Amino acid sequence: MISTHNLSYKYKGGADIVFPDVVCEEQDILLILGTSGVGKTTLLHLLGGILSIQKGSVNIAGTEISKLSDAGLDTFRGQNIGIIFQQNHFVDALTVLENVVLAQSLAGKKTDKKAAKQLLDRLNIGHKADKNVRDLSQGEKQRVAIARALINQPKLILADEPTSALDDTNCQEVLDLLHEQAKAAGSALIVVTHDTRLKDKIANRVILQTI
Amino acid sequence: MNILRLAWRNIIKNPLNLLMSIILFGLGVGLISFLLLFNSQLKEKFDKNLAEIDLVVGAKGSPLQMILCSMYHIDNPTGNISIKQAAPLLRNLHPLIKKAIPLSLGDNYKSFRIVGTNHDLVELYNGKLKEGNLWSADFEVTIGRAVADDTGLKLGDTFVSSHGFNEDDDMAHDHSSFKVVGILEGTGSVLDQLILTNTATIWLVHEHEEESGEEAAGQTHESHDHGDQSHDNSNADLLNHPEQEITSVLIQYKSRTNFQALNFGRNINENTEMQAASPAIEINRLYNMIGVGTDALRSLAILIAIVSALSIFISLFKSMRERKYELALIRVLGAGRTKVFALIILEGLILALIGFVIGSILSHIGMELVSKHLKADFRYSFTGWKWLTEEWFVFGVALLLGFVAAVIPAIQAAKTDINKTLSEK
Repeated sequence: MISTHNLSYKYKGGADIVFPDVVCEEQDILLILGTSGVGKTTLLHLLGGILSIQKGSVNIAGTEISKLSDAGLDTFRGQNIGIIFQQNHFVDALTVLENVVLAQSLAGKKTDKKAAKQLLDRLNIGHKADKNVRDLSQGEKQRVAIARALINQPKLILADEPTSALDDTNCQEVLDLLHEQAKAAGSALIVVTHDTRLKDKIANRVILQTI
Repeated sequence: MNILRLAWRNIIKNPLNLLMSIILFGLGVGLISFLLLFNSQLKEKFDKNLAEIDLVVGAKGSPLQMILCSMYHIDNPTGNISIKQAAPLLRNLHPLIKKAIPLSLGDNYKSFRIVGTNHDLVELYNGKLKEGNLWSADFEVTIGRAVADDTGLKLGDTFVSSHGFNEDDDMAHDHSSFKVVGILEGTGSVLDQLILTNTATIWLVHEHEEESGEEAAGQTHESHDHGDQSHDNSNADLLNHPEQEITSVLIQYKSRTNFQALNFGRNINENTEMQAASPAIEINRLYNMIGVGTDALRSLAILIAIVSALSIFISLFKSMRERKYELALIRVLGAGRTKVFALIILEGLILALIGFVIGSILSHIGMELVSKHLKADFRYSFTGWKWLTEEWFVFGVALLLGFVAAVIPAIQAAKTDINKTLSEK
């Protein structure tokens, strides 16, 4: 579903960051581990089409994303990639449900409130659908973020440090939830983290190291 | 959840910002469109009443006052002129003059002016009879539409006048009883506000007044029967009474471009005891005088509009910083740069639109209130319920201001580096 080849990135005035090749099939889960400063977020942004690719290739579901135009990449990202950030940002002016529906609309898909509500129900936050996101707890916010990442049934789901702020119980729960939902949507799931607790839970993993 | 709705939700999220922006914007727009409404209606009233009158001749004094009095009926006469003085104008022989219409002012009924004149005045303002006839005998009157509507006078009704322009019961001429013989259709001109009769009637009212004054109390007072006296309405008839007075003469030239016509007024001013003034020139002078005030107001309105655009700019710019992550997020969710640009521009336009609507409502209500006031003071009817073409222009400028205020924040939003923004913790 997603594979990279010879990917590297160089920030202005910095050294080349060379990434190992990454492969993840649909319904699979891949863990990308690494300590702070090894370029985890850079890799995530490259995979997610947020940062344009300088060298190497990223192929998602048959599309070479380094060959897409800026606007083409925007659309592709909206339709095929769901991203869960470490800090969950939402559109403050909108309700929980509207934030999820917004993801459909911005991806250029038909908005379907019913589907969004069902997804929220599945994540056990359906009862907060009409609340403002600001009024939610961190855990609830993360569930909304997951719902938003899943709503368009993307080919790829990227999660950035989804568990670093959670205790062991919740860590396991969120991971299971993510995996379960990604499987249900038929997506490939990549989790980027420095949280070593996850190491034993996911077999398929890539470790980033400074060279 | 299209971007229009998103823009709207973003705007109402900050009710205080919204209020501040639209109050300022509404004030600027309101003031500008009020000035437009007021000026256009004032000009329309003045222009309609110009009625192709080329010259007004009356007693010496302020020419503007004479024009305001004789043509717009909003000031008192500068004095009277005798028929003898005015005779050269009133004779049908003058080679330059197409029409000379004598006016005699003085009395009023319920603050509507009674004007002694001939039938040419009605023709001048394109007046048409709605009911009855034009006046013929003494003390017969034909009234304008507004007079009929406001006083409730009907065909065949009689009334007594009071002296001067302002209504005053103590000064009622109780012996002079007028009879309504005709009612005119509305013309939108000053004709609507007038009670028309023949010139002789005005003389009779005042002879009567003098006689009453001379008659000492206790002496028997012979009742005057006006029915047996009747005057022809023509200028020729006026010439038979050289000792009598009129207030002014409205003159229409045969040809405006005639060189002699250009000097005609100056000749009167230099060689007679009368004064001649051109309505167009005097009214222009009046505009210029009022213009200083409206110019200052307009500058103020423009300043307010600019400040309000600035406030929209600042509030958008500020929210842009607060919503940095939000905008990056919207980009991640698939919105292109143009969409983010459009979102912020829409927010600016919506603010401008609301401001415009509020401003327009304010100005029209304001105009309606002022018009009530003006009507009470001057008997001139203005209205707030009128949409001017120029207001579409104001609408365009308002949207342009909204756009300009939003364009820098919008460019900034479109340029947001999502990678960098999202990497900041």
